[in-house]
Amino acid sequence: MNIHEYQAKEIFRKYGIPIPPGEVATTPEEAEKIARRFGTTVVVKAQVHAGGRGKAGGVKLAKSPEEAKTIAAQILKLSIKGLPVQKVLVTPAADIASEAYVGIIVDRASKRAVFMASPAGGIDIEEVAAKTPEKLLKHPVDPRYGLQPFEAMQLAFFLYSDMKQVRAAAKILQQLYKAFAENGGSLAEINPLVTTPQGDVVALDAKMVIDDNELDRRADIAALRDESAEAPSEVEARKASLTFIKLDGNVGCVVNGAGLAMATMDLVKYYGGEPANFLDIGGSSNPEKVVAALRIITSDPSVKAILFNIFGGITRTDDVANGIVTAIKQNPLKVPLVIRLTGTNEEIALKILKENGMSAMTDMDEAVKKAVALATGGKAA
Amino acid sequence: MSTFIDKNTRLIVQGITGRDGSFHTKQMIEYGTQVVGGVTPGKGGQKFENQVPIFNTVAEAVKNTGANATVIYVPPPFAADAMMEAADAGIPFIVCITEGVPVLDMTRVYPFVKERASRLLGPNCPGLISPGASKVGIIPGRICTPGNVGLVSRSGTLTYEVVYQMTRAGIGQTTCVGIGGDPINGTNFIDCLDAFEKDPATKAVVMIGEIGGTDEQEAARFVKDKMSKPVVGFIAGQTAPPGRRMGHAGAIISGSAGTAAEKMQAFEENGVGVAKRPIDVVDLLKRAMR
Repeated sequence: MNIHEYQAKEIFRKYGIPIPPGEVATTPEEAEKIARRFGTTVVVKAQVHAGGRGKAGGVKLAKSPEEAKTIAAQILKLSIKGLPVQKVLVTPAADIASEAYVGIIVDRASKRAVFMASPAGGIDIEEVAAKTPEKLLKHPVDPRYGLQPFEAMQLAFFLYSDMKQVRAAAKILQQLYKAFAENGGSLAEINPLVTTPQGDVVALDAKMVIDDNELDRRADIAALRDESAEAPSEVEARKASLTFIKLDGNVGCVVNGAGLAMATMDLVKYYGGEPANFLDIGGSSNPEKVVAALRIITSDPSVKAILFNIFGGITRTDDVANGIVTAIKQNPLKVPLVIRLTGTNEEIALKILKENGMSAMTDMDEAVKKAVALATGGKAA
Repeated sequence: MSTFIDKNTRLIVQGITGRDGSFHTKQMIEYGTQVVGGVTPGKGGQKFENQVPIFNTVAEAVKNTGANATVIYVPPPFAADAMMEAADAGIPFIVCITEGVPVLDMTRVYPFVKERASRLLGPNCPGLISPGASKVGIIPGRICTPGNVGLVSRSGTLTYEVVYQMTRAGIGQTTCVGIGGDPINGTNFIDCLDAFEKDPATKAVVMIGEIGGTDEQEAARFVKDKMSKPVVGFIAGQTAPPGRRMGHAGAIISGSAGTAAEKMQAFEENGVGVAKRPIDVVDLLKRAMR
């Protein structure tokens, strides 16, 4: 789960990480008031779950409250990577002497949380890793002990030479690890971590991603979810316990299991079509999920054919068949439907479909070919 | 012959009285797996289906049944503890089916299990099956048939698809292993490839990967350096949008984007036959074993 910069900053602040004050506005007038209260040049920052906010014009300086109002109005009209900006963070502009990067993520190779630190902050850290890997220090953390003071110092010495700054950064790193580990993070990042002309070390930005699997046991963190900042189809999918990712094609796909879902999308492409989505209905048997899946897919006007590919293991194919029948009764389809199902309770599923005037195929390749042909207006691949 | 499990495997089920645990325990018993006990705290002394003794703790179950393998179906918040309890009770082979285990839990479980010299398969995996001998987990028995091909996969239903197509084409399996799709898991591709290389009954191997990480690339190098048996592979996610499944910082650590194209190239460069579609696995196997 993504959280906003201002939410991540609130968490980091609780852990004693030095962060400049800031307030959230949802209207230009609010932004103006906040800027007036600060009484100095402010930065207005779009709060949206997308990278590259600066490049998209979502982060701007305002020298007066009036300018803050004008700029907030512009930013609140923006859509960044398809997501409309609905909140801005207004924060006093800081004087910057140097910019560094610190972050922590879970690394599959070392099977640990790994710290990354770079004195080349403020820019895309992927670029640093690719072009100047010598400027990026990685350090895996033993989860049993956490980040020890000497480890934090090693990382801090990579960033700074002034002892006061080294100590300040080491403390920030240890607190960042705690914030990450105690809140179920899968990523925590400060980019940039800056030094001011006075020599202070301050976190100017904050990013945190929470492991979705942690949310059930962390109600306070789960409550930070901002549904208005997510794509509506993905919100609905999550509520129905489906995994859904919208793509640009015209063959809507409903599949059980992530691997088979990806393989189905690949096969659609192989036979000359384009998948409209990734949709995994998961393992458990539940006709309501199928109803929700069809509702989400049919709400996309670019979908010209729908393909079900179900391999029943835990998933009972009769449940899927019942879901299809229920969904179509509620909301008749306007586009052709191709069903492929095999596995657990296949005979019952086929009977249910037949009784309702539908049929299913058992071969994956044949089903995909047919769906692609229907989506492209009968021109078989 | 088979890998990791055989007819003599003595299995206990952690979470045997739960919805999934009880359903799949019946399926495993039906398949011929020796289920010697179950664990549900508070239900010790009872019997599952008037047949399988239930214990309060894994240690108690091991002491009374001589179990040498366990399968875990407990809900996600308790799965880490269940894996650690099994390792601490000295069970050498632990299979965790549970989906949704927090990854930070796994950073603690992994070294704990390793220090106790247990092998962990999963979490978030379908388990494994040695057709005709034993199954541990949820892979449907009827899509498999005994034979001489070993299979290792990161997915669940995609594994079924490939096994089903192999079985339909008359190609049987020694063992099918699902290692699970989570970022941190106990057993990886190389562990399974190594086991298949050492298993005299296995004549060829199928490897089914996904986008993300570099496990498949490392496995491909292992095939080239350490294996004499033919290996064919498929990678799911050729059309997956970049940046959606994997964190952008994850690519930094691995030094690679983990795309399907990159993995398929690693297969090709290291002599692993590349299937463009799942069905192509069948033809590649036939050619490799000719």
